Amino acid sequence: MEACVKEPFLPGWFTLDAQAPHLIGTRCAACGTYYFPKETRYCRNPDCQSTDFEQVLLSRTGRLWSYTDAAYPPPPPFVAPDPYRPFAIAAVELEKEKMIVLGPVADGVGVEALRVGMAMALTLEPLADGKLTWKWRPA
Amino acid sequence: MNREIAILGVGLHPWGKWGRNFVEYGLKAARDALADAGVDWRSVPFVSGAATMRCGYPGYVAGATFAQALGWQGAEVNTSYAACASGAQALAAARAKILSGACEVALVVGADTTPKGFLAPQPGERPDDPDWVRFRIGLTNPTYFALYARRRMALYGDTPEDFAAVKIKNAAHGAENPNARYRRRFTREEVAASPMVADPLRLLDVCATSDGGAALVVSSLAYARKIGKTNAPRIVAISTVTPTFPNALVEMPDLATDSAAAREAQPFRAALPRKAYEEAGIGPEDVDVAEVYDLSTALELDWIEDLQLCARGAAAKLTREGATRIGGRIPVNPSGGLACFGEAVPAQALAQVCELVWQLRGQAGARQVQNAKVGITANQGLFGHGSSVIVKR
Ligand SMILES: [Zn+2]
Repeated sequence: MEACVKEPFLPGWFTLDAQAPHLIGTRCAACGTYYFPKETRYCRNPDCQSTDFEQVLLSRTGRLWSYTDAAYPPPPPFVAPDPYRPFAIAAVELEKEKMIVLGPVADGVGVEALRVGMAMALTLEPLADGKLTWKWRPA
Repeated sequence: MNREIAILGVGLHPWGKWGRNFVEYGLKAARDALADAGVDWRSVPFVSGAATMRCGYPGYVAGATFAQALGWQGAEVNTSYAACASGAQALAAARAKILSGACEVALVVGADTTPKGFLAPQPGERPDDPDWVRFRIGLTNPTYFALYARRRMALYGDTPEDFAAVKIKNAAHGAENPNARYRRRFTREEVAASPMVADPLRLLDVCATSDGGAALVVSSLAYARKIGKTNAPRIVAISTVTPTFPNALVEMPDLATDSAAAREAQPFRAALPRKAYEEAGIGPEDVDVAEVYDLSTALELDWIEDLQLCARGAAAKLTREGATRIGGRIPVNPSGGLACFGEAVPAQALAQVCELVWQLRGQAGARQVQNAKVGITANQGLFGHGSSVIVKR
């Protein structure tokens, strides 16, 4: 395991529990709609005027809705490793929250290892500049 | 109440990577549209510009900028920004002005100069901007198109060959279009040999960004009759609805969909033509030709289904059967589409309407759809913007 504690690229977007990380979202106290990234100002449900939100940890597992990869290095602010290695990208459907959340897929897992409908889990890995991000991996 | 307006004239500046100021493209398109309409610039009391957010200060005031290039003559101006639907909203502003009786004739112009390579976000550390966050973790525009494409493969059994068939068809159409940027035909082997960009989409599945300009001269039906253009194609619907919460699809630049925990998820793309059909009082069975936003080959298949030109999941089969080719039952993108044009954002929705006008007038030359009477456009872009326009003769 890594000796030093890594910093997230965005503080407060996910928990730093290396074994079982969660994305941090909010939930409208009135209508129950979940938000990621966090919404704390207004509920986007047209039938809800609530401005009252609680912070929640989103489900850390879901089903793979779709996937792709980045064959070419994305432009900044992405920091591309040198040499560049293509990485897979997942869209994962969370059952309880009824939402789809995107994220890169863990290093070493290419598109050939993925198929729509498979179980996925959240994990943390460093970006090329060492900052931690959330990623998806097969559960 | 008759809510139709006439299209008197259309004009395009050819799409390309010309690297000049966007005003030049808009000016050329506007002059062509005015000449095509037989309307003198001095008699145009309203100019509606479609804006781009990339071209610096003048881009934010497109209406006034195009009017200045044509020579300020005291017309009123409007500027619309609505991402890919900017042109349709500029057109809607002109229609509102005409239908309210405030003016009889209006000029609508959109033009763009695009940067090279991937469209990237503004610089600086901006975690409140979803566009910054998604690029920070490596999600580019093709990422989203590829997720939709892979989803089609999983749901309907579409194959990369089905996507390539869209490119081959559109390339054959665009080869006959002097305004298209890419006028080369492609084979199945060439598409399959092009580099993978975002699995399963290859370079030839994904559209480029282009420079270009498009313009329309529109008027009341009474004005069209007055100048002897009684049979001019008419705009019978302009739909620019927002999504309905919660949006079912993960959209650029978002990291997640809306949550459907409190309300059932709603598809956005399908809502755009639905409103247009309703406004026009016609159905998909009445459509002869369609211009849709093929940001990727697979996305054209989604649009065909969103326009209800076939059942959900049947668009690949429709394409394989040749129905969407010129000469087929329902030709899609006879202009060559974005596959041959590349995207020039504020001009693109207007260019789609220009193509329908040439088709409905029978002036499309080698890419003519025989006896086309009703055409529909569809596009969708960032921030809940999209449009669908129906043109009839
Ligand atoms: Zn609410």
